This record gives sequence, C-alpha cells and structure tokens, in this order.
Amino acid sequence: MSADMSEETTSGQAHDAAGPPESVVDAAAAAAVAPTSAVAAEARDDLSQVEPVVGAPKPDAILVADDVVRRFGGMTAVDVEHLEVQRGAITALIGPNGAGKTTFFNLLTGFDTPESGRWSFEGKSLAGKSGARVAQSGMVRTFQLTKALSRLTVLQNMLLASPKNPGERFWLSWLPFTWQAHEKEATEKAMEILARFKLDAKADDFAGSLSGGQRKLLEMARALMTDPTMIMLDEPMAGVNPALVQSLLGHVQALRDEGMTVLFVEHDMHAVRHISDWVVVMAEGRIVAEGPPATVMQDQAVVDAYLGAHHDTDLGDDSLLDPEILARLEAEEEKR
Amino acid sequence: MDEFLRILTQSLAELIAPTTAAYALAAIGLNLHFGYTGLLNMGQAGFMLLGAYGFGIATIAGAPFFLALLVALVAGLIFALLLGIPTLQLRGDYLAIVTISAAEIIRWIGRSTWLQEWTGGASGLQGRNYKGTFQDLSPLPDGRTVIGPLEYINTGSDSWWTRIFAWGVVALALLFVWLVTRSPWGRVLKGIREDEDAVRALGKNVYSYKLQSLVLGGMLGALGGVLYVLPITIAPDAMGRTMTFFVWTVLLLGGAATVFGPVLGAMIFFGAYMFMRTGMRALSENTGVGDVISTTNVEQIGGMLVGITLMLLVIFRPQGILGNKKELAFNVR
Repeated sequence: MSADMSEETTSGQAHDAAGPPESVVDAAAAAAVAPTSAVAAEARDDLSQVEPVVGAPKPDAILVADDVVRRFGGMTAVDVEHLEVQRGAITALIGPNGAGKTTFFNLLTGFDTPESGRWSFEGKSLAGKSGARVAQSGMVRTFQLTKALSRLTVLQNMLLASPKNPGERFWLSWLPFTWQAHEKEATEKAMEILARFKLDAKADDFAGSLSGGQRKLLEMARALMTDPTMIMLDEPMAGVNPALVQSLLGHVQALRDEGMTVLFVEHDMHAVRHISDWVVVMAEGRIVAEGPPATVMQDQAVVDAYLGAHHDTDLGDDSLLDPEILARLEAEEEKR
Repeated sequence: MDEFLRILTQSLAELIAPTTAAYALAAIGLNLHFGYTGLLNMGQAGFMLLGAYGFGIATIAGAPFFLALLVALVAGLIFALLLGIPTLQLRGDYLAIVTISAAEIIRWIGRSTWLQEWTGGASGLQGRNYKGTFQDLSPLPDGRTVIGPLEYINTGSDSWWTRIFAWGVVALALLFVWLVTRSPWGRVLKGIREDEDAVRALGKNVYSYKLQSLVLGGMLGALGGVLYVLPITIAPDAMGRTMTFFVWTVLLLGGAATVFGPVLGAMIFFGAYMFMRTGMRALSENTGVGDVISTTNVEQIGGMLVGITLMLLVIFRPQGILGNKKELAFNVR
C-alpha cells in the first residue's frame, strides 16, 4: 500500500480528463494504463481472452451468480441468469435508472433477499447470508447515499471497521488491557489509510462535519480497514464535484492495482470508460451486454438501451443551437 | 421565611432520595438504549415493575436478598429478550410501539385478579412483606442520624441505609456504563445509533449488539425498579406510562449519551419537581394564588409542567445539560 502509487494514477487521470472530448476508442485506450500489480495485469490478460457475450465464463472468477431473481409485487426488478466477475479487475455495472443495478448489488451483499438464485464468492455460497456475514467473508460494500457515522469522529469511523477487535465483545469490553494492543495497531493502520485519502488532518473531527466528497472518501477508506478481497462501490461518483471525481477514480484504480477486485455501479459514462477493465450492462433487470469498455460502448443494444443515440454528442456544444444540426438529429431519431 | 426554608429542605432532600436514585438508575439503562444505541424504549417502567415484582415475589417466597436481586435481573433479561428478538430486526419505531404496549401488559397483568396470589392484584405488595432481608443487611447501628438539615432513621424504609444502598448501586452502574461505552463495544453501539446499515456493511452483527444493549439497559431498569420499591410498596399503578415519561425527561434533561447525564437529570428533575409542588401548595394556601390554583390541583399542574418541560427540552436543548452542542451541529437524519 503505497501512497505515491495512488498519487501517480491520480495525476495520470487528471491529465486524461484535461484533454479534449475523446472518442470511445480513444477513451478505452487511455484506460489501458498498465496495472502495476501482477494480479491486476494477469486479470487484464485473462479478460482480453474472454469473448464479450452475456454470461461469458471468466478464467478466474471471484464472484459467480446464477438465476438471481428479485420481484417487487408484479415487477421483476432483477433477473440475472449468469454473471461471473473476474478476480483482480475493475468491473463496472451500468444501466439506465431502474435497471436493477442497485437492487442486484443489495442482493449480492446480503442487504436484500431474492426470490430465488445462488451466488458464490471465492467458491463459497453467499446466498441467504446476512450483510454482516458477507462483509466478514471479504466482500465489503459502500452505499449510494453515503453513510458516514456523523456523531463519531473520522478516526472512530475507521476504527469501527477494524475486524476481529476483541474489545467489541461485551465481556471483554470493560477490560481495556484486552483490547488496547489491537486498538493501537488499528489506529496506526487507520492513520495510514486516512493519509492516503488526505483525511488524516480531519481524524478528530466529527464525520458529520465532512463535505459530501470527503464522506465518499471516508466510506471508501473505512471499507479498506476491513482488508477486503473484493470491494463493492455503489455509485461512488454520485453527487461528487468534478474535481474530486478524478481523485476518486485514482483511488478506485489504486485498489485494483493492489490486487483487490472492484465491482461498481455507476452512471457516469466518463468514469466507466476510463477505469473499468470490464463492463456489464443491465436494463430492465437483465444483463443485456458485457465486455471490455470499448466493445460494449459500441454495442447497439447498449446504445439503444442506455446511452441514447447521441451519447457522444456534447449537449453543451453550441453547434446544437444550429437549427440545421438539430433537425438532422431529430430526423435520425425518428428513423430509429 | 420558615415556610420557605421548609420548601428548600424538602427539595434538597429529594436530591438524595432513594426514588431519585431509582429513576437515575432506570435512566442509565435507558441511556444505554437510546443515548448510545438509538433504541426507542418507551416501556422502561415495564422493566422496573417486572424487576420490583421479581424481587418482591422472590423475597416473599423465602429467597435471600441477593438471590431476590438476581431474580429481578433475570426478569429484566427475559423481558428484554422477549421484546427484542422479534422487534429488533424491524425498524426502530416498532420497538417503541412494542415496548410501550408490553409495559402496559405487565401492569395490567399485575393488577388483575388472575395472579393476585403472587402480585397482590391492584393493591400490590405491602412493603413490610419484602423489606426484611434488605434491612437485615444494614451495617448501621439503631437510631437516627442528622446530617445538616436532613434527618432520617438509620435503618428502615425511608432511611439512611436505603439511601446509601441505592446510591451505591447507581455508582456501580455509572462505573459499568463508563467502562463499556468507552470501549470498542461502545463504539459499535454508537455506530448503530448513527446508521445500522453502515455498521452491518462493515461486518458487525447489528442485531446481536442491539439485543445486548436492550438486555443490559433493561436489567438496569429492573434494578431501578427494585430501588424504587425498597422504601415504599409495589403498586402496579404507580409504575405505568407516567413513570416511563419521567425516566425519559430525566435522561433528556441530563443529556443522552453522557455518563453522568442521567444522575444529574434525576437530581435536578426531582429537586425542581418537589420545589415546584411544595412551592405552589404554599402559595396556594397562604396567598391570593389560591383563588386560581387550589391546593387540590397542584399535582395535576405539576404533571402538566413536566410534560411541557419535556417538549421544550426536545425542541430547544435536545442534547440536555451535559450534552455536547457540537454533536448536534449537523443534522442527524
């Protein structure tokens, strides 16, 4: 875990973002910043061999889900036949609003119960396990609406996440000598992680006093305290100002480069193109496409379902005010 | 002037009264529930009544003092498990509904003729039937002792021994709460108070922690019930919803999630409550105020003022006297 490594990727990202609007292929190429860890490099190699079809088997799948169905009344929110997530890679789960991404995410992490389905993490079945058990097995999640524990300090937030703390057992809690050693170690580790997320100066502030973006960072830092093998991020960029998005992306990439597997739900296309090794697209509860970012973004089904026909058009572009161009776009739209 | 001194002395006596200690202990338990874990227990009086019954019935059945105390604690434990196991997986509001009705159920069972043989029905259990073992424990010599303006018998119902024992138990409970809430265990409770899903996502068994908190706070409540009935009688109707709301007022006045809040809250509450009632009565008897507030209405007006105080507290100073203003600087949910 080196702080400078994440720095490096962050600045690399910032450079990319500063450039002019890129085409899909360019963006994917830019994303191909070579991963620094062996696991991540291997994952990338492995994924390049995988055929981009729905339900494609992965060479080294850490998470495998089968026939996961969740209904709300008559509406089928999630109906995933088969999904495998490659170890050591960043997998993005994208889709339009109401596609069932977050619901699927909640099911996998034990925060919701499906009507049917099985899924396993590192070969062990997680179906029917509680959220806490899922987290203990090494799959830790964050939330779309950040859940910073407001009236705890930033450091307390971090220490709370430390696993296997003997002082968290009631019968030992009143004997400080049984847990002080663990506490000291955890504090050192927490300060290290906070420093990496540039939150170390805030360690003694209440988490409630942090800005929205800082809370996102804290949530990610807190998840790292549990030493996860896989980290699940629910819309990590939602509601974060653009300047911070770049640093968040850098942090996500750094997680992969340390050998962690990342699965994240995201709306922000820019982010998806840049940092993900594999993209899974959901629409109306089903997986409609998966593959490397460049391939998936050009998939007609995906473009139709999610991106809209003009996903490459910059809506801030003044040329859109030109009636001629607008008329052409509208004509195209009608033909579809 | 004499009248005023009498009122002051009576109020001062309330500060160290056994009842005040009983409420302080119940509020310490409620503090573990609400202040630290965020559990809305609206039936602390139920725990207290059950503890009182447990102690009284066990003693009358012939149990020695400490065994009877243990029975009271176990009664609180079982009640907490019964309430907690089905409701703690639901949203917090449900616990409030279940506890308030369960406390009423305990009271109605207590005052029914069904178990009259044990509970004494609506008239309850007479103090002289269960106080023997407690008073036998007293190390104090016979006679009376005067300290400042306060004078009580050494051993008996309203005695120094009752006070020493009650406040001793409160001191032990404070030490206990201070130790456990500063530990990582206490930190998990506070995390649950802030957002239980976040704590769950970090791999903690939230349900188990909430149950532990409910059980411990409930057992402290049951012990508070024992303290409450030691100087008086066990009367189910004296330990109803009003008692629950008094405990809440005590807790919020002193400051939830602070160690000494419940004790300070209980002292100020009962001191002021006594001052207000005796003062009003004196005014009503001796001055023209009597035309507006007759002495018979003093109790009712006192109760109303407690309600108003509780409302004002929650609106204007939700952190209580000892609470940290900074903690409320940001919007909590």
